[in-house]
Amino acid sequence: MMASAAPAEKHLLVEVKGLRHFYTGEEHLVLDDVNLELSQGEIVGLLGRSGSGKSTLLRSIAGLIRPSEGVARLVPGPDVPDPSVAMVFQTFALFPWLTVLENVELGLEAMKVPTAQARARAIAAIDLIGLDGFENAYPKELSGGMRQRVGLARALVVNPSLLLMDEPFSALDVLTAETLRTDLLDLWAEARVPIKSILIVTHNIEEAVLMCDRILVFSSNPGRVVAEIRVDLPQPRDRLDPAFRVLVDDIYARMTARTEINAPMRDGLVPANGIAMVLPRVSTNSLAGLIEEVDGTPFDGKASMSELADSLQLEADELFPMAETLQLLRFAEFRGAELVLTPVARRYAQGDVDQRKALFAQALAQHVPLVQHIRRVLDERASHEAPARRFRDELEDYMSEDYADETLRTVTLWGRYAEVFAYDEDADRFSLEDAH
Amino acid sequence: MSPDRNSARPLPAFSRMLRLTRPNREDVIALVILAGLGVLFFRAGEGAVAPLSTLRLEPVQLNASYLPYYALRTVLRMFAALLASTVFTLVVATLAARSRRAGQLIVPALDILQSVPILAFLTFTVTFFMGLFPGSVLGVEAASIFVIFTSQAWNMAFSFYQSLRSIPVDLEEATQVYGLSPIRRFLKLDLPYGTPALVWNAMMSMSGGWFFVVASEAITVGNTTVTLPGIGSYLAVAIERQDFRAVAQAVGAMALVILAYDQLFFRPIVAWADRFRFEMVASTERPQSWVFDILRRTRLLPVLLAPLGAIGRLLLAFEPRVARRRAVDSRRSHPAFEWLWQAFVVTAVLGALLLTGRSVMRYLEWHDVVTAVLLACLTMIRVLVLIVLASALWVPIGVWIGLRPAWAERLQPLAQFLAAFPANVLFPFVVIGIVRWNLTPDIWLSPLMILGTQWYILFNVIAGASAIPTDLREAADMFHVRGWQWWRQVAIPGIFPYYVTGALTASGGSWNASIVAEVASWGNHKLVARGLGSYIAEATTAGDYARVGLGIGVMCVFVLGFNRLLWRPLYAYGERRMRLT
Repeated sequence: MMASAAPAEKHLLVEVKGLRHFYTGEEHLVLDDVNLELSQGEIVGLLGRSGSGKSTLLRSIAGLIRPSEGVARLVPGPDVPDPSVAMVFQTFALFPWLTVLENVELGLEAMKVPTAQARARAIAAIDLIGLDGFENAYPKELSGGMRQRVGLARALVVNPSLLLMDEPFSALDVLTAETLRTDLLDLWAEARVPIKSILIVTHNIEEAVLMCDRILVFSSNPGRVVAEIRVDLPQPRDRLDPAFRVLVDDIYARMTARTEINAPMRDGLVPANGIAMVLPRVSTNSLAGLIEEVDGTPFDGKASMSELADSLQLEADELFPMAETLQLLRFAEFRGAELVLTPVARRYAQGDVDQRKALFAQALAQHVPLVQHIRRVLDERASHEAPARRFRDELEDYMSEDYADETLRTVTLWGRYAEVFAYDEDADRFSLEDAH
Repeated sequence: MSPDRNSARPLPAFSRMLRLTRPNREDVIALVILAGLGVLFFRAGEGAVAPLSTLRLEPVQLNASYLPYYALRTVLRMFAALLASTVFTLVVATLAARSRRAGQLIVPALDILQSVPILAFLTFTVTFFMGLFPGSVLGVEAASIFVIFTSQAWNMAFSFYQSLRSIPVDLEEATQVYGLSPIRRFLKLDLPYGTPALVWNAMMSMSGGWFFVVASEAITVGNTTVTLPGIGSYLAVAIERQDFRAVAQAVGAMALVILAYDQLFFRPIVAWADRFRFEMVASTERPQSWVFDILRRTRLLPVLLAPLGAIGRLLLAFEPRVARRRAVDSRRSHPAFEWLWQAFVVTAVLGALLLTGRSVMRYLEWHDVVTAVLLACLTMIRVLVLIVLASALWVPIGVWIGLRPAWAERLQPLAQFLAAFPANVLFPFVVIGIVRWNLTPDIWLSPLMILGTQWYILFNVIAGASAIPTDLREAADMFHVRGWQWWRQVAIPGIFPYYVTGALTASGGSWNASIVAEVASWGNHKLVARGLGSYIAEATTAGDYARVGLGIGVMCVFVLGFNRLLWRPLYAYGERRMRLT
C-alpha cells in the first residue's frame, strides 16, 4: 500500500453516492444512504454483521445488482481509462466440471483473448498464486485454501483495476486463512499484481485491522456507515502489538456503542407497544454459556469483547447477538468494549435449573415487550390459546417476513425455556397449557 | 497424480502429434462399433422415408428372421423421439428459467402436459402427421415418434427447468462478473449443471417410452389401420393371431434391445456425465462403463471429433461481446404492465378453453358429460385401490431392500429392466386367464393398469429407505424398537416423501395406462372393463373425435385434481413434518 500508492495524487476509483436499496416489494430497506469513495492504492474493509447490507453494496459496485436509488460507479482516471472489477467469492464459486486452468481462463475466454495468449496468462496467474502443478486438477481434488487460490487467480488474471472480495477467508480454517491473507498482502505490497485497489467485505474485526488501510463500520437493519476508521499501523501488522489490540477494542466499542442507540427502535418506527424489535436467534444454552464464561475465573463478571471472542473461539458476528441479548434482558451492560454482568446475571450463574428459569422468565416479562404481549393475549382469552400466525402478522407490520419469522421463533424458544407459554408446532398455536 | 504440463502448451510438437494419433486397439474396436451403428442407422432410415404403400405391400411378418430389422426400426423411432425431447428440453426449459414471462406460461403448461393422457391424443396426431407427409411412411413414423416424444419431453423439460432454478447464486454471479455472454453461460454453466439430472431422466423416460412404442406402432383410427414395422406391431400381430411363440420372440428381442442400448448408449453417457455432478467432494464410487473406457482410450476419435469442437468455437467467436457491468434489473416492471400481462394470459387461456369446449359440445349432449364423469369415477376407484394394493406389496419389500445396500445394488439393474419392460406384453396372458375362468373383466382387467407403473413406488421406497441415516437405525436398534413401532417411528417417516413421489407418478401413469388396459384382446376375444379408459379407447377406434376430446378433458381434470387435492398436500406434509435432515 505505502509502496504502491503515491500519496500526492490519489485518483478516485469508485464513487458511491446516496445509495439506497430495498429488497422485495419495497418493504425492507437493506442499505440506507451509503456514500463511499475509494481511491487508488488503498485496501478498504466493509465491516458489519449479517444483514448490514455490506454484500449488497459490494454487488452494487460489481454491477450485479442495480441499487434502488443512488449510484455506484467506477471512475475512469488518466492511468485507468476503462476501470474493471473482478470478484472473489466466499464460497469460491468454482465450476466443478472445469479444471483449475479452465476456471482461471473463464474470464479471459469471455473477453475473447486469443487462446494461446489466454493460456499463457492463466498459467502465469496460477504460478503467481502458488498453484503450479495443479493446472489440470479439478476443484474437488483441492483443499479449501487451494480452491480459494484458484478463485483469486481467476480474479487476478483479468487484470482488474478493483478487486472485490466477499468474505473471502471466512469459509477457511484459521491457519489457511492466515496464510492466504499474508500471501495476498505480500503480492499487493510488492506490487506484483496490477490491481489499483481492494474492497473487502468481512465480519471479522481482526482481519479488517490486519489488512485494511481504512475500515467502514456498518450498522444493520438498515445498513448505514456508522464509523470510518483509518488504520495507520505499518505492514506487516502484528496481532499482539498493543496498538493493534487498542484498535480492535476500539472497533468493538464502536460496534457496541452503536447497538445501544439502535437496538430498541429500528426504522424510526415507534410502535405503541414496542414489539417491533428484531430478536436474533440466540439459544438459551449459549446465553447461559456466555454468562458462565464471563462469571468464571479469568473474567469475574467483566470481560472485554475481543478477549471473549478469543477465549470462546467465536467470530464477532456470532458474539454480538449473544452479548446484545444479555444486554436486552438486563443481564449485562456494555462499558466501552467491555461486557459487564449485572447482579441478576451473577445470581443466574450460581442458580440451579429452576432458579435460572425463574430469573429468565422474570427478565423476559420485564424487558421483552413481545413476550409480554403474547402472554397478555393468552391470559385474556378464555381458551388461553392463540394462533401464532396472528403475532407473525403483527410483526410483519414493522419488519420483513423473514425477520418476523425469526423473531417469533426466538421468542418461542425463550418462552418455552422459561415456561411462560407453550407452543404446538403442528397447530402453530401458543397456549398456556403446560406452562406454569 | 502428476500434472501434465505439456498439455498446457498451445501446440504439441508435430512428431508427438503423429505418435499420439497412431490408431491403437481401442480405435479399432470403437470404429467397428461406430461403423456398425452407422450402417444400421441408414438401413432403418431407408424404411422410414419409403412411400406409404410399402406398408401394405410388405405387411409385418411373424418370422423371427425379420425381428432384428423390426427392432432396428423401433429403436430408431425411440432415439429420434429422445433427440427431439432433448432439443425441446434444452430450448424450452432454458427459456422458462431465463425469462420470467416465458416461465409464467411454460411452467404451468408443462405441469398440465405431464399429467395429460398421452395415448388419448393418438387420434389427433396420426391424422395431423399423415396430412403433413402425404403418401409417405414418414407421416406415420412422425406420429409414432410424436407419441413417444410426448411421453418424455414434459418431464425432461420440467426436471431441467428445476435444475436450472437450483443453480447456486455464486456461480451465476461469477458468470456475470466475468462477463459471460448468454450462449457462453449456457455452455459453461446451465448445460453442465443440468446434465446429470437430464441424463437420468432421459434414461427413465426411455424405459417409459417402450410402453408407448408398443401402443403406437399399430394404430387404428376410424377405418384406417396403420401398422409400422417394429417390435410393437410384431407383438400386436402375434396377439391378434394368438401366436405364443411370436409373443415370446418379441419379448426376447425387446430384452436384447434394452440390454444393448443400456450398454452401448446410456452407461457411457452416465459415466461421462458423472463429471458434471455438482459436488465439491470426490465421490468414492463412480459409474463404470466399458464402452466409455474404450472411447476414452482411443486416439483417432478425438482427432475425428476435433472439427466439431472447432465449429463450436468459431460460432462463439462470432458472437458479440457483451458489455461488462450491466446489472440485471431485479425490479418488477411497471405494475400496470404487469397487470395487463396477467390479464392477457388469463384471457388467452379462458378463450382457448371456451373455444375447445364449444366445438366439442356441438356434437355432444350434457348426458354425455355425465356419462364420462361417472366412468371417470369408476377408473378413479380402480386407480386408488390399485395404488393401495401396490403400496401394501412394495413398501415392505422396498424397505427391506433399501436397508440392505448389497441387495439394493444387485437388484437395481433388475428393477430397472422390469420397469423398462412394457407391461402391454403381459396383457394377452391376463385375457386368456379371464376367458378361461370366466372372470369379470371389470375387476380382473384392472391390475393391468398398474403393471407398468408400480415400479415407481418400489424405486422410490428403496431410495427412501437407503437414505434413512445409519445413526437413526442404530438408535432404533439400541432401544429395541421393533414391529409396528419401528414402522411408525422409523421406516414410514423415513420413506414418506419418497413414497409420495413414487405414488404420484404411479397414479398418473395408471390413469394413462387405463386407455390401453381397460380394453384388452387375445385373438378374437375382446374384453372391456367399464371406465374412462375404455371410453376413450372405443371412441378412438370409432373415430369419434368429440367423445375422444371429452374423455381427454375429463381425464385431465381428474388427474390434475388428484395431484392438487391428494398428492401435493401429502407431499407438503411430508416435507414439513418428516424431513430427516
